[in-house]
Amino acid sequence: MTDALDLFNSGVLTGEREGAVLPDRKLWESKKGGVVIIECPQRIPCNPCHTSCPTGAIRPFADINDTPKVDHSLCTGCTLCVASCPGLACFVIDLTFSEDKALFKLPYEMLPLPEKGQHVQCLNRTGECIAEGTVENVTQPKKDRTYVIHISAPKGIVSEFRTIRVVK
Amino acid sequence: MKTLSTEILVIGGGAAGLSAAAEAAAAGAKVLVAESDLHLGGQLVKQTHKFFGSKDEYAGTRGFKIADILLSEIDSCKENVEIHTNTTITGFYSEDGTFTAMRGEEKYFHIKAKKTIVATGAQERLIPFPNNDLPGVYGAGAVQTLMNVYGVVPGKRVLMVGAGNIGLIVSYQLMQAGVEVAAVVEAAPRVGGYWVHAAKIRRMGVPILLRHSIRKAVGDQVITGAYITALNDRFEPEGEETYVDCDVICIAVGLSPTTEILSQAGCKMMYVPQLCGLVARRDRTMKTSNPDFFTAGDASGIEEASAAMVEGRIAGLSAAADLGYPTEHGKLDEYWGRLQALRSGEAGARICQGLECVLVNRWEDVSDD
Repeated sequence: MTDALDLFNSGVLTGEREGAVLPDRKLWESKKGGVVIIECPQRIPCNPCHTSCPTGAIRPFADINDTPKVDHSLCTGCTLCVASCPGLACFVIDLTFSEDKALFKLPYEMLPLPEKGQHVQCLNRTGECIAEGTVENVTQPKKDRTYVIHISAPKGIVSEFRTIRVVK
Repeated sequence: MKTLSTEILVIGGGAAGLSAAAEAAAAGAKVLVAESDLHLGGQLVKQTHKFFGSKDEYAGTRGFKIADILLSEIDSCKENVEIHTNTTITGFYSEDGTFTAMRGEEKYFHIKAKKTIVATGAQERLIPFPNNDLPGVYGAGAVQTLMNVYGVVPGKRVLMVGAGNIGLIVSYQLMQAGVEVAAVVEAAPRVGGYWVHAAKIRRMGVPILLRHSIRKAVGDQVITGAYITALNDRFEPEGEETYVDCDVICIAVGLSPTTEILSQAGCKMMYVPQLCGLVARRDRTMKTSNPDFFTAGDASGIEEASAAMVEGRIAGLSAAADLGYPTEHGKLDEYWGRLQALRSGEAGARICQGLECVLVNRWEDVSDD
């Protein structure tokens, strides 16, 4: 068995696959507010990403076990799916934030909550710190204690950066 | 000795039992719920994560909130429901159709019921390894109870054994409580739980070691560490042992259905690996071979709570219908549609295989042996 397969089988995404398809880069770069990146490659009975989506960007499920399909052109980056997904598998990334930085809107259910302006560690899918980011906003879209942390961080880590570590 | 009488006895006040009670009481039946714990809600009250499924199964809602929703549903027909917490059903005597019950450890009484729904849930499996009797070795259920019911952390650094949904979710909850998870070891070549649950803890830096298991616990008076090892294709230890510094070893290697009462009631039982143990044969109404006994939830096969709640509704609906209470036409089919939807994913395929073995179309066709 290959290392990449082992990595995937232990919960680390290794490349694009069904349920984890990246948006068209041109469209992505032009979208103010960002678009959703979903990493949900396994058929499981779950659809809150679709039912929470106000614009229809996350397409209706023919079968509740289907992996999500996204029409990124309809996505406004509102983060309702980010806050609704029980698997914390939705992330919004806005490439229009600045010349060299993207704005990452990531789900967060840990303590302590970071504060606006605070510097945090940017972690990749195996928990390695790959950069430092700045908290731009902290929201709670569904008022159910799943927070969405908005972090500005280098554009170079868009395909890697998926959660933060708050260092006291 | 005092004898309580009821139309429908629901044994177990968890996800399946509460759903069964709500459904039967709404149909008009008198229901008595016996729950061995001090509080209703079963495993739901420990689930701080959001549930999967569809809106019908409260997807996106945290488990303990779902318990509240079910309890308020029961409260809306409370004239039909009698709740006995801290009450264990200790046995069923088929000679006179009597249940023996125990409240606390002192009060004993009898219960008679026209119909019984066995929603007794499951028991945790444990695996043997040297020193597994030292303080610091916990079942995952105990860790969840300590943390999420009583607000007590079990220790500082945990080795999790098992990467099924429970192992993955409890690892996440431990981290939420500020406890470090040293590693998750999993004997299989892939995580058994939902991939997204694994991704959640991987990105926070927790290693999930596939084809690995615990060899022994280390400690004098209490756990101070553990040795883990890689496994070969035949699940035999291979290579050198690795030491893991930890003060808690949390065992999450699966559950077995709790079915003694069903056996005592003479229900035809069957060992079904896909449903994780001995379960009662049942028809589409969740009725067993004893026409007065129904089964639902983990007691009928280990599955997600979302499915347990639908099974509970089917059992409650069917028991009420058998007593002559009018029930909505087509509801059974609607519930089966929901179960089929929940079971059509990767994990559901195994469940469906198991159900093919135990599900009975016509009891007349089932032989007596």
